[in-house]
Amino acid sequence: MSTPTIDDGTLADGHWHDSAHNRKGFFTDTSICIGCKACEVACKEWNRNPQDGTFELLGSSYDNTGSLGANTWRHVAFIEQDSERIEKARESGRKLVNLGMPTIRPRTDESAAAQPLDGALGAAAEGRTSAGLPTTPDLNVDLLAPGALEPTDLSNVDTTPPDTADFRWLMSSDVCKHCTHAGCLDVCPTGALFRTEFDTVVVQNDVCNGCGTCVAGCPFGVIERRDDGTINTPTDRDDRKAADMDVPNAGTANKCTLCYDRLVEGQEPACAQTCPTQSIKFGDREDMVDQAHDRVAELHAKGLTEARLYGANPNDGVGGTGSVFLLLDEPEVYGLPPDPRVATKDLPKMYANAGIAALGMVAAAGLAFLGSRRS
Amino acid sequence: MSTSEYDSYRPPEPEGGRRKRRRGGRGGPSGPDGSGGRRGGRGGNGRGGGWKNRGADGNREMPMVEDVEFTSYYGRPIVKAPPWGDEIGAYLFLGGLAGGSSLLGFGAQLTDRPGLRIASRMTAIAATGIGGAALVADLGRPERFLNMMRVVKVSSPMSLGTWILSGFGVGSGVTFAIELDRITGEKLLPLGPLRKVLHAMETPAAVESAFFATPLAAYTAVLLGATAVPTWNAAGRNGLPYVFVSSASMAAGGAAMALAPVTETGPARLFALTGTAGEAYAMSAMRKRMHPAEVDPMDDGEPGHKLHRAEKLLIAGAVGAAVVEVGARVFAKKLGGRSSGGSASASDVAGAVAEAVGSAGSAGVAKRSWKTRAVLRGLSVVSGAALAAASAYTRFGVLEAGIESTKDPRHVVEPQRARLEERRACGITDDSITTGR
Repeated sequence: MSTPTIDDGTLADGHWHDSAHNRKGFFTDTSICIGCKACEVACKEWNRNPQDGTFELLGSSYDNTGSLGANTWRHVAFIEQDSERIEKARESGRKLVNLGMPTIRPRTDESAAAQPLDGALGAAAEGRTSAGLPTTPDLNVDLLAPGALEPTDLSNVDTTPPDTADFRWLMSSDVCKHCTHAGCLDVCPTGALFRTEFDTVVVQNDVCNGCGTCVAGCPFGVIERRDDGTINTPTDRDDRKAADMDVPNAGTANKCTLCYDRLVEGQEPACAQTCPTQSIKFGDREDMVDQAHDRVAELHAKGLTEARLYGANPNDGVGGTGSVFLLLDEPEVYGLPPDPRVATKDLPKMYANAGIAALGMVAAAGLAFLGSRRS
Repeated sequence: MSTSEYDSYRPPEPEGGRRKRRRGGRGGPSGPDGSGGRRGGRGGNGRGGGWKNRGADGNREMPMVEDVEFTSYYGRPIVKAPPWGDEIGAYLFLGGLAGGSSLLGFGAQLTDRPGLRIASRMTAIAATGIGGAALVADLGRPERFLNMMRVVKVSSPMSLGTWILSGFGVGSGVTFAIELDRITGEKLLPLGPLRKVLHAMETPAAVESAFFATPLAAYTAVLLGATAVPTWNAAGRNGLPYVFVSSASMAAGGAAMALAPVTETGPARLFALTGTAGEAYAMSAMRKRMHPAEVDPMDDGEPGHKLHRAEKLLIAGAVGAAVVEVGARVFAKKLGGRSSGGSASASDVAGAVAEAVGSAGSAGVAKRSWKTRAVLRGLSVVSGAALAAASAYTRFGVLEAGIESTKDPRHVVEPQRARLEERRACGITDDSITTGR
């Protein structure tokens, strides 16, 4: 117990106990994600990841990336929901809050009406144009004034997500969770995956031999072997096939490194730096979790009971994740597993079973020879 | 139908009307469609569809997600399937075959059954060699396969498996070299004085190989179990190791039945029969304990076919093996028990080799009952091959069922939801990854 970021459960996971660094992590607040995908782009550019596929349109939503993978380390999910789904999400969130914890007053019509609406929400409620569309809220900022475009302290700016009654868009930037108990790290047979001094999980691409065990070991479906991936669209070039193109780290496992190369230089990951709404926050994991708790409480106080945290619980199946998320619906809606469990948790039991089975096989062989003894 | 001047630009109406064609185009054989139907956005350029069926008969929107009991992100997979193809399936089978054969070879050495011993050791080394090559071939960077030996990691079944396979390979290789030397009349291998050393190592090598044999047969179950792939993980937690060692016994027994003479393969038959019983029981017990959504991939589609085929072959092979065993005992005299010489000396070996190869020409006993011998031998070969094939089908079936189970998020979400709700019902509310505050 040398650093405050480590709890008892994580001791077996090879943390750097005497590290000078705190555990780093993301807090992805999906309630203020605008789905711009700048994180996807920044990630690809910084890490020089090849493109996925052939720019096909998935046809299901504005998300044409699909999922995280060997070449996509940030993925922005996009979901459109009707009022029925919103109510369901609100209900499930409310239940979550009520699980053996102090209840939070559910939003009723009266309380919603009594609540003073402010910011974009208030503007939307009050200032309707003749066309029935909300006007742009007045930010009281003269954009032409000197210094107006300099980065300012945004902590006082209201970040309540607009609450539309009929439908809503959910946008969430998914990323490697950098689990406390990382399945991929546990099952890697070559030691190519390792835990860094920032308590993140990173692949050494010059060591990995592409056995693929980590792919199966990840309960979130993050890590993947880079079997394809092209720099240029194959359709562009008749003379070269996609497979011939220069793909870095081909045949090895690839995933988010939490920009390890930037962290060692004291910088923040590319996605967090580029995020225009600070939906992706980066910092010490403890701070991130604190911020997440504050934020969810704030949203609940505003009646948005659908808000919930994902990965902030150190007792969960993966010991808490380095990347904490604030979600506005059940995790599976975003393509996240509802109850992930590090696969190696059952390993002792499985080894024991395998041991018994092996002894049984020896016994069977012994008995087979005894049973056919010749007189 | 209204007409307009732009009608001439329309493509010709398909035969039998659009509606009918559309149904035919989308239905198709239910193989990939069965699971794919849930997936959003696949209406685009699927086979038989083409642009004609894309809302050509009105601006009807393609359904993105069907109404299903569980929610998911446009039906996209949550967990990724490992990039493991047929090579891994082959290895699962060959690893078990090698392990079981090594046990049989050691037993045959101890009980003086040269035919069985040679056949088993040859099988073991061949299976090890081909299986190892298959493993290397399946790597993303095969040239780095030695990186597997960088670490010994208990938390990684793949790492332990590498060391088990290596350990097994050493003993197996030495016993193979000894057998090879014997078969070639101790002349071919240029060993010189080392020949004595080599032959002195027979028992230690056989023991070493037998020591790693059962872990080799069992670890692959843990390898599959220690993954996030729903069907494998559930199977691993509910007795897949028992299925796999049974399957290995079956494969090794079957291979020995097919390759060694009937008079010597009594232990192989019993071993294989124990394996069939074990697999039949362990498999059904495992299926019962798994969540229905985790078992489904083992029943449906190609993996389901394979596992069903494995069942049939298992039953057929077991019946055949039992008949051969009974026959061998009833007609023990006719078959002519082998000369009960005390120790396996070099002169014995030559005759055993001839027998092992299956030449029915060994004089003396052949005269009396070549028909009985031929029938039993034939049945032994067929049922042995059926048992080995059953084992292979089981391995491929389990491997592919797991890969299939990652494709539909239902197999991930439903069991996880179920166990989460179960824990909550028991009053455990502090271990969910989703928290309200």
